[in-house]
Amino acid sequence: MEHGITVHHYLVLSAILFSLGTFGVLTRKNAIVIFMCIELMLNSVNLTFIALSRHLGNMDGQVFVFFVMTVAAAEAAVGLALMITMYRNQESIEVDDINMLKW
Amino acid sequence: MYDKLWLIPFFPLAGSVINGLLGKKIKSEKVIGTIATLAVAMSFLVSCSCFLSLLGDQVKVHQQVIASWMTVGTLNIEWGFLLDPLSAIMLMVVTGVGSLIHLYSIGYMHGEEGFYRFFCYLNLFVFAMLMLVLGNNALVMFIGWEGVGLCSYLLIGYYFHKQSAGDAAKKAFVVNRIGDFGFLLGLFLLFWTMGTEHGVWTFNFVEIAEKGHLLGAGGTVVTIVTLCFFLGATGKSAQIPLYTWLPDAMEGPTPVSALIHAATMVTAGVYMIGRLNGLFAMAPNTMMVVAIVGAATAIFAATIGFAQNDIKRVLAYSTVSQLGYMFLAMGVGAFTAGIFHLMTHAFFKACLFLGSGSVIHAMHHGLHHAHLHDDPQDMRNMGGLAKKMPITYWTFLISTLAISGFPLLSGFFSKDEILWWSFGSTRGAIGLWAIGAVAAGMTAFYMFRCVSLTFWGEQRTNPKAKDHIRESPLVITIPLMVLGFLALVGGWIGVPALLGDAFGGMANHFEHFLEPVFGHSQETYHIAIREALHHSAGLEWGMMGLSVLIAFIGIGIALYFYIWRPGLAAKFVNAFPQLHRVVFNKWYMDELYDTLFVNPVKRLGTFCWKGFDVKVIDGIVNGVPRLIGDFGKALRLVQSGFVHNYAMVMVVGTIMILAIYIL
Repeated sequence: MEHGITVHHYLVLSAILFSLGTFGVLTRKNAIVIFMCIELMLNSVNLTFIALSRHLGNMDGQVFVFFVMTVAAAEAAVGLALMITMYRNQESIEVDDINMLKW
Repeated sequence: MYDKLWLIPFFPLAGSVINGLLGKKIKSEKVIGTIATLAVAMSFLVSCSCFLSLLGDQVKVHQQVIASWMTVGTLNIEWGFLLDPLSAIMLMVVTGVGSLIHLYSIGYMHGEEGFYRFFCYLNLFVFAMLMLVLGNNALVMFIGWEGVGLCSYLLIGYYFHKQSAGDAAKKAFVVNRIGDFGFLLGLFLLFWTMGTEHGVWTFNFVEIAEKGHLLGAGGTVVTIVTLCFFLGATGKSAQIPLYTWLPDAMEGPTPVSALIHAATMVTAGVYMIGRLNGLFAMAPNTMMVVAIVGAATAIFAATIGFAQNDIKRVLAYSTVSQLGYMFLAMGVGAFTAGIFHLMTHAFFKACLFLGSGSVIHAMHHGLHHAHLHDDPQDMRNMGGLAKKMPITYWTFLISTLAISGFPLLSGFFSKDEILWWSFGSTRGAIGLWAIGAVAAGMTAFYMFRCVSLTFWGEQRTNPKAKDHIRESPLVITIPLMVLGFLALVGGWIGVPALLGDAFGGMANHFEHFLEPVFGHSQETYHIAIREALHHSAGLEWGMMGLSVLIAFIGIGIALYFYIWRPGLAAKFVNAFPQLHRVVFNKWYMDELYDTLFVNPVKRLGTFCWKGFDVKVIDGIVNGVPRLIGDFGKALRLVQSGFVHNYAMVMVVGTIMILAIYIL
């Protein structure tokens, strides 16, 4: 048994965060909250990348984190813009109300 | 001259095409009629010159090949024509009688709406018949064979607005087709056997005549082949069992009945047997079948002729009966007599039909004038027309005398020849002679019944119409006169030896002319008058006298029933109502065929339609899309519009992939 915080701890934490994020995406009604959960998922993945990068001694993981963060920011911006438009049309940003594109 | 053979079928074909394509634009009836009549008349002239060339020629068989049709290995099928005595005679009969009927039709079909269509089809018919008669191989003959069947359908159904005409046309075509099936089977069997067993691959008639003996006289193959061909002949020439179409075919205009159903198409079967006489001579069993069927048909049709009221029906059954005589002749080996009767029959029967057409035309005119709707073809509405229509009457009477076998007229010579051969041939039997003789008596009876009801006695036509009945115009009566004349004297070219000697050495020109065609097979297979009878002139005179006597008895009975004691016929009918009803209804043969064949086939057809085509095929064709549609309906429920559902599906999918990957 190793002492201290090993890479396993980081991975488990990451998995827990990811699951929490997924659960939030699938369950919450408010679109902003869903976005926050998506951010949570993205960040958990970031954590995984960094932990493994340190563990394997390869810089690629950390470089990739930059990409992920950039994408997350852009995506959050676009998503919030969508939500504003949505609010203008429906007076609500509850995901349940966005159901017109059905059979 | 022989290189002009192709012109003979070409003229009517050209006439048909011109009239068919341009007929609607040519408004003048005279032009259309002239084109058509001239076409056939020119064929007649060429036929005559070919005949004359043939008379003086030592070589009696000439072939002309126009082009090659199919070449498969060593087999070469060509578009070729064959001129020999048999086809020369047929050519002249077809084109000669044909041109007279075309001329007649110009007058008869005057005012009809489809005038050009009629002449187009009539010319097409003559073309097909000429191909049949001239073909040098069985396939070209078959084209003509089918072609005449087609034109028969087109012409019988000429008045296509009438339901009965359309039905009659279909019936004729279907029954004919059954016969054609037999023809094809026989042809295939012949071709295949000759080819595989003897290495002779050919359809050519000359080669079949030369090499036919390879099949083995009296063998099963020859018998089956000839029986199949005979089936084809029964269809085309209206013998038992395939005769039912001919009486119904009277729905067509009268010139059609004269040309197709009296003079030409129905004789195709007889011609075919003549053409293949080598094969038939090798199959005595088939010949016996042919003779029996012929004799049976002759007497059977004669009985039906007794009770018909429609003048054309009487003549139709008379045609069936006389064709029976021709087949009787071919069956007992009297090939020459059969063809001779074919020729004389063409003369007098065409004259009879055209004469009846003249009567119907006049009756129609008269009844129309008086605004009555009586049937112009019903003999019960006629009577006493002899004075009103003298030319029609006299030609009709001459032809009736000819068909009854009145001495020295054309029918006498041919019919007597047939009866003598059925009695005395090596392939004959006395029973056949007896049936033939009785049928001759019956023929005389019902034909004179026809004459009596139509031309003699008092006029039974409605008084209002009576005076408007008059003789037909020249364009109708000239063909009548020509044909009547031929019926009167046409027999003299075939005077049998017995009478020829009696008249001071007259030869039987007809038999002599046809000797190259039939002589070989008759000699090889011993088909001739039996040795024992060769010198019994007395017996031959006796038989001749007997058949003349029977004819006179028939005529006498007819006169007794219809002229001396007019009410006797009605009393007879009342005394035997059942018998009359059966005979009047044609022995219920049509009804029998309906039950045995037509209705079961109809039911099968209806089942195939409703039970199979609608339920199974349409079921599959409609069911598959419906299935796909239902599947689609179920599938599209996935698109719920509910974003959380989509997210859930994504997550579940990812977990599944991971699970499969890890496990």
